[in-house]
Amino acid sequence: METDIRRIRDKVEAGERLSETDALALYRTRDVLAVGEMAALANRRTNGDRVYFIVNRHVNPTNICVNRCKFCAFSKGKDEPLAYTMTMDEILRRAEEAQAQRATELHIVGGLHPDLPFDFYLLMLRSLRERFPSLHVQAFTAVEIDYFAKITGLPLSGVIAQLKAAGLGSLPGGGAEIFAPEIRNEICPEKISGDRWLEVMEAVHAAGLRSNATMLYGHVETLESRVDHLRRLRTLQDRTGGFQSFIPLAFHPKNTEIAKGYTTGLEDLLALAVGRLYLDNFRHIKSFWIMVGPKLAQISLHFGVDDIDGTVVEEKITHAAGAQAGQEMSVAELVTMIRQAGKIPVERDTLYNVVREWPAEGQPTA
Amino acid sequence: MNGHATGWRDLLERAERGSATVAEGVRLLREAPLFDLGRAADAVRGRLHPGGVVTYIVDRNINYTNVCSCGCSFCAFYREQDAPDAYVLSEGELSAKIVDTIAAGGVRVLLQGGLHPDWGIDEAVRLVGTVKRHPILLHGFSPPEIWHFAHRSRMTIGEVIARLKDAGLDSIPGGGAEILDDDVRRRISPKKIGWEQWAAVMREAHRQGLRTSATMMFGSVETPGAIVAHLQRVRALQEETGGFTAFIPWMFQPGNSALSRDPRFGEALASGFGHAVGYLRVLALSRILLPNVPTVQVSWVTMGAKVAQVGLFFGADDFGSTMMEENVVASAGVSFRMSEAEIVATIRDAGFIAARRTSTGGGHSSAERKS
Repeated sequence: METDIRRIRDKVEAGERLSETDALALYRTRDVLAVGEMAALANRRTNGDRVYFIVNRHVNPTNICVNRCKFCAFSKGKDEPLAYTMTMDEILRRAEEAQAQRATELHIVGGLHPDLPFDFYLLMLRSLRERFPSLHVQAFTAVEIDYFAKITGLPLSGVIAQLKAAGLGSLPGGGAEIFAPEIRNEICPEKISGDRWLEVMEAVHAAGLRSNATMLYGHVETLESRVDHLRRLRTLQDRTGGFQSFIPLAFHPKNTEIAKGYTTGLEDLLALAVGRLYLDNFRHIKSFWIMVGPKLAQISLHFGVDDIDGTVVEEKITHAAGAQAGQEMSVAELVTMIRQAGKIPVERDTLYNVVREWPAEGQPTA
Repeated sequence: MNGHATGWRDLLERAERGSATVAEGVRLLREAPLFDLGRAADAVRGRLHPGGVVTYIVDRNINYTNVCSCGCSFCAFYREQDAPDAYVLSEGELSAKIVDTIAAGGVRVLLQGGLHPDWGIDEAVRLVGTVKRHPILLHGFSPPEIWHFAHRSRMTIGEVIARLKDAGLDSIPGGGAEILDDDVRRRISPKKIGWEQWAAVMREAHRQGLRTSATMMFGSVETPGAIVAHLQRVRALQEETGGFTAFIPWMFQPGNSALSRDPRFGEALASGFGHAVGYLRVLALSRILLPNVPTVQVSWVTMGAKVAQVGLFFGADDFGSTMMEENVVASAGVSFRMSEAEIVATIRDAGFIAARRTSTGGGHSSAERKS
């Protein structure tokens, strides 16, 4: 074992916080088994053998976006042939389907639409709450929140207060990409800065809403910029405690302006494991099976991951960029996959309350 | 935190020496911590291949016919002779594929087919002749095909192998092994040769100087004990002949097969190893139990590039081949694809040295490094 790794392992065993130098060494090493084992240890301390999933449904109300990030294959200009915007009825119909399928969460993110007013989103939240009060609405990346502030002229706190009053339950973690300005300028020059993303999340947490955090990796970023990204997340989390989970997102190159291959299995596992080891103040590390494929997602349960996302049902963003996985997994498939990995499946709600826990064999207990 | 502390070290060492029982092998497969298995397998790989070289081959997989009288329940590829999509490649089609293969830098053809009811040794020899008119290695005819030719032409397997070798056959693939246990075979491939007949072909091929690989298809209805017994049988045969160059465990792909609709398969699935973590466990145990077989190969065709890459840390030292075409696994709805450049990049990303094999056998000795 390399000396760096041995030293880091001592720290992990003692429960000490890792430094940025440690995180960099972990990204660089090819002693994959040692990293996996450390991440598994850190995960077991926090989550035991439990692996969480959620019965959810993704809804992307529009792909029209005033930003044109180079890594994005989903966004369209208003007049492009594949541009779409769902009507309120189309959104509500998806919610209805989700409820019929026993979903507990709607995950709603979309483009920055040039014409839809803020009131559209407030109306959407109110309509959803009225008709489907049992569905938790996790919606709007920090980028969309900032955009609402821009189009309304309201302060962040005002925007968030109105969304919360209309029924917003929590926020996903998208739009973080890589915080470092030199990388951001290259891949998404029109998007809000990393500082602004963190500022929005701080305001969200201050308003009493939880959120997730993501990191888009596998494009033009450096390992140093990934560590910088993690450092900023850990620092904010020390202050607010408002992040529930960290979700590394594997860049998918198809139909984007970045010429790069797909990420490798090793890169995916290290992104997850280093997240678990460095982000000691994040309780949950999520492997999004749509991004890395169900097979690698299952293996990642031994590399520090305790959350495998959910049933999803309809996924447009990663599939636009060439995702090879399907768009939907049934509860039975998720449960089997978690059990086969030797773990205990737990259906959670958005805020990680236990909905049902599955024993080693047989049917769940409520 | 490692084998030293958790008490698995002794058993892992005994498994490697060949003195573990089937029950102990099963314990390792089911209960040993994943990373202890990985580390033990990685140590065997490192000892056999100290330079950190991972090989691959540029070749083409050609299935000369999908007509097969065997009708295995796990297979989605075979057709009855009168089925509308039954085929037999013509000499012209076969030659054209080989010309393409050579143009693409391919050095070998992997030639396998169904057990065509009308085919005997003469048809097989003609096929070998067609291939060997071209400057290319021929890795062909798994043991069930050899038996089929022997049966149809009333010859011994020794005579069949000698005829094929004379015609230019270079080596024999280890397919049709499935699980080398006749109880399992009765359930998934009742019309296929038994495990001892599979072993007899390999023994005879090795005796005549042909090298072969050995495979294992797991994740259907076999018990963990049958997996361990399979590995022990390959090990014993290798002790006897030394003719196996590589071991290739691969996972049953249930799509479109009769077996996927069998309720017993559903039961086996829950406790079996037919999943990604199970794959890594079986791969690692294969490396540990077969230290006398030089190479263990990952199966990106069934597992995808990502899991195959992770397999390099669980004992594998070979990334298989570029395939160029793949029909059997694709029939089950699985269609991963990898180019040579992707294979090389994937091996390097894992910190290994990629080397292109130029022969079918021994692997590393004939490999040239990619720089």
